[in-house]
Amino acid sequence: MKRLDRAQMAARVAQDIADGAYVNLGIGLPTLVANHLPADREIVLQSENGILGMGPAPDVDDEDPELINAGKQPVTQLPGSSFFHHGDSFAMIRGGHLDLCVLGAFQVSVTGDLANWHTGKEGAIPAVGGAMDLAVGARRIVVMMELMTGGGECKLVERCTYPLTGLACVSRVYTDLAIFDIDRNGVRVAECVEGLEFEALRRMVGFAALRDGRS
Amino acid sequence: MIDKSVATALQAVADVFDGARVLVGGFGTAGMPDELIDALIEQGARDLTIISNNAGNGEHGLAALLKAGRVAKVVCSFPRQSDSHHFDALYRAGKIELELVPQGTLAARIEAAGAGLGGIYTPTGVGTPLATGKETRRIGDRDYVFELPIHADFALIKAHRADRWGNLVYRKAARNFGPIMATAARCTIAQVTQVVILGELDPEVIVTPGIYVQRVVKIDGAAGAGALGVAA
Repeated sequence: MKRLDRAQMAARVAQDIADGAYVNLGIGLPTLVANHLPADREIVLQSENGILGMGPAPDVDDEDPELINAGKQPVTQLPGSSFFHHGDSFAMIRGGHLDLCVLGAFQVSVTGDLANWHTGKEGAIPAVGGAMDLAVGARRIVVMMELMTGGGECKLVERCTYPLTGLACVSRVYTDLAIFDIDRNGVRVAECVEGLEFEALRRMVGFAALRDGRS
Repeated sequence: MIDKSVATALQAVADVFDGARVLVGGFGTAGMPDELIDALIEQGARDLTIISNNAGNGEHGLAALLKAGRVAKVVCSFPRQSDSHHFDALYRAGKIELELVPQGTLAARIEAAGAGLGGIYTPTGVGTPLATGKETRRIGDRDYVFELPIHADFALIKAHRADRWGNLVYRKAARNFGPIMATAARCTIAQVTQVVILGELDPEVIVTPGIYVQRVVKIDGAAGAGALGVAA
């Protein structure tokens, strides 16, 4: 089967973002989506450290330590961009003004619960950042993650075993093997990579209730 | 005449006392008031509670204050980073207390303090371990967690330009927590790159009105350049 690499996953997420959308990309894997936004769409990226209209990474010579994204990497500003303080930024996030947020995850449950801030393991230092605010605030939350852990466990689960970030907040999961839609009726497969049969995917995911939603 | 200018960073932080609660601006290193923190290290106050988004990056600013052993507790949203080794070591050794707060809740609690509110109800964190033990309330069709305001004795922030009344403008994403922290401390100290004559900052673009700022220190590129004066 043709597993998607990280750039291909990012391009697939970007393909679904509508013209005119206000979008927050989480740190880590979702940040890659910025590199694949279709050139013919005007999409406004929000960064929770106080930027709307964030542009791509600058040349090394043009880096400005006071112009960084939520992952603390240098970025640029596009015409029409604006700066604001953290109170305004999270009013924007929590107040339902963002159309879309793309987050990474340790686990997503079949009811859309999200776990992405803490493994809960002894000795692990917890760090939550803006994840919990984004999970409750954006109008649509999608997750971008590899479907299986390095140890071969599926990250789409019946019930999250890691500490939760938000309840029933995720509506779509983009992975390297398939795209899953989550609603009150459960989980449907929206797309599968070439060469992966539905039954094989169901065995990987490990729950019988998985439905094939492909037309 | 009002003149909030203070000649040196050391003078600006002279009265920070042991056990003080101190808001520290910045998101990572952007907006981190490094020179004020260096002065605080020199000044020697200890057992501090620091409220900031992160728990230090690399070797400067908040990281240096942590390394110097002056901090008893950190209230922040995102301590664990690739370059947070000083915090990590203290935390693992049990030498520092951590209160983890979602970033938007941190901002809202600071704003609540600055605005004289007794707390906020937020949907953030409902059903998660960070809401454990806190009051929750259903308002309309949604559950909210009650969170207390975060007051502080001092706020150390970095802005770009100031005048002698303490009006501030910021630069790019270094603004972050500065404007809200300025409202929530009994004494707000701003380090700035430039001090301009009164009236030169456009009232339409002033971000922090001077009422929130008690002290302004101009930090030049050159070390020790504390002489403030008013820009010609």
